[in-house]
Amino acid sequence: MATATRPRGPAAEPPSRGSAGQPARGSAAGRPLSPHLSIWKWRVHMAVSITHRATGNAMAFGAVVLFLWWLVAAATGPAAYAFFYSIATGWFGVLVGVGLTWTLFQHMASGVRHLVMDTGAGLEIHASKTMATATYIFSLAATLVVWAAVWLTKGIG
Amino acid sequence: MGTGTDLGRVRGLGAAKSGVGHWWHQRVTAIANLALLLWFVASLVRLPALDYTNTVGWLRQPVAAIPMLLLIVSVFYHFRLGVQVFIEDYLHNEGTKLLALLALNFYALGGAAAAVFAVLKIALGA
Repeated sequence: MATATRPRGPAAEPPSRGSAGQPARGSAAGRPLSPHLSIWKWRVHMAVSITHRATGNAMAFGAVVLFLWWLVAAATGPAAYAFFYSIATGWFGVLVGVGLTWTLFQHMASGVRHLVMDTGAGLEIHASKTMATATYIFSLAATLVVWAAVWLTKGIG
Repeated sequence: MGTGTDLGRVRGLGAAKSGVGHWWHQRVTAIANLALLLWFVASLVRLPALDYTNTVGWLRQPVAAIPMLLLIVSVFYHFRLGVQVFIEDYLHNEGTKLLALLALNFYALGGAAAAVFAVLKIALGA
């Protein structure tokens, strides 16, 4: 599920320092050390992998609750909907809305990346990095387009 | 593969105890979500306003209500599968894990029921 972290040796710290206070015997010979989160250099494909999980859970517990509030308010009547609408179109509501729009598009893009990788494609380091970067570019651009349209056509935002 | 250990292992459905069903359902709902959520966002953006009249008027139409019902089923099933993996990865105490998975199932199913009921109430016009 998570992007593979191939042992490539420590990137953020000099190889002479062991992570657990012991002399790093293997590193002197340039041998790979066992993976350790604190000494791994962050790379974009790692970031996208954990972002996928974070955005998924954020939507499961954030967007889903707001989605339910919106639908149930609409089914309840004009007064309940007016209360939802006043909160949703306030500055905090818009802030959350923009955030969740980005969350949706980011999860969507990295999800498509997962589907592509499921076919066995795009696993090489260069393709993997390019696709990972593209997910962030897409999510930011799509969020901008959607909210620009909402602001221009509905004056919300 | 015959009746040997390979097939036996597959029939035993491995460590997950449900074979590849979970993995596959997550992909199927992912593809459905992709189409349905792009439709959902585009539809909301294209409405002249998002006030009560426009929102309810839109949801009354079958062309909106039917995809919305499909979206609810697909999205709620998808996040239920995804959060399940999240729970299994980070909760290692069997009791806590079981309770969390129970709560997740109640949350997903209860939420989906509420959403479906809301759409049907609007669409069938009470």
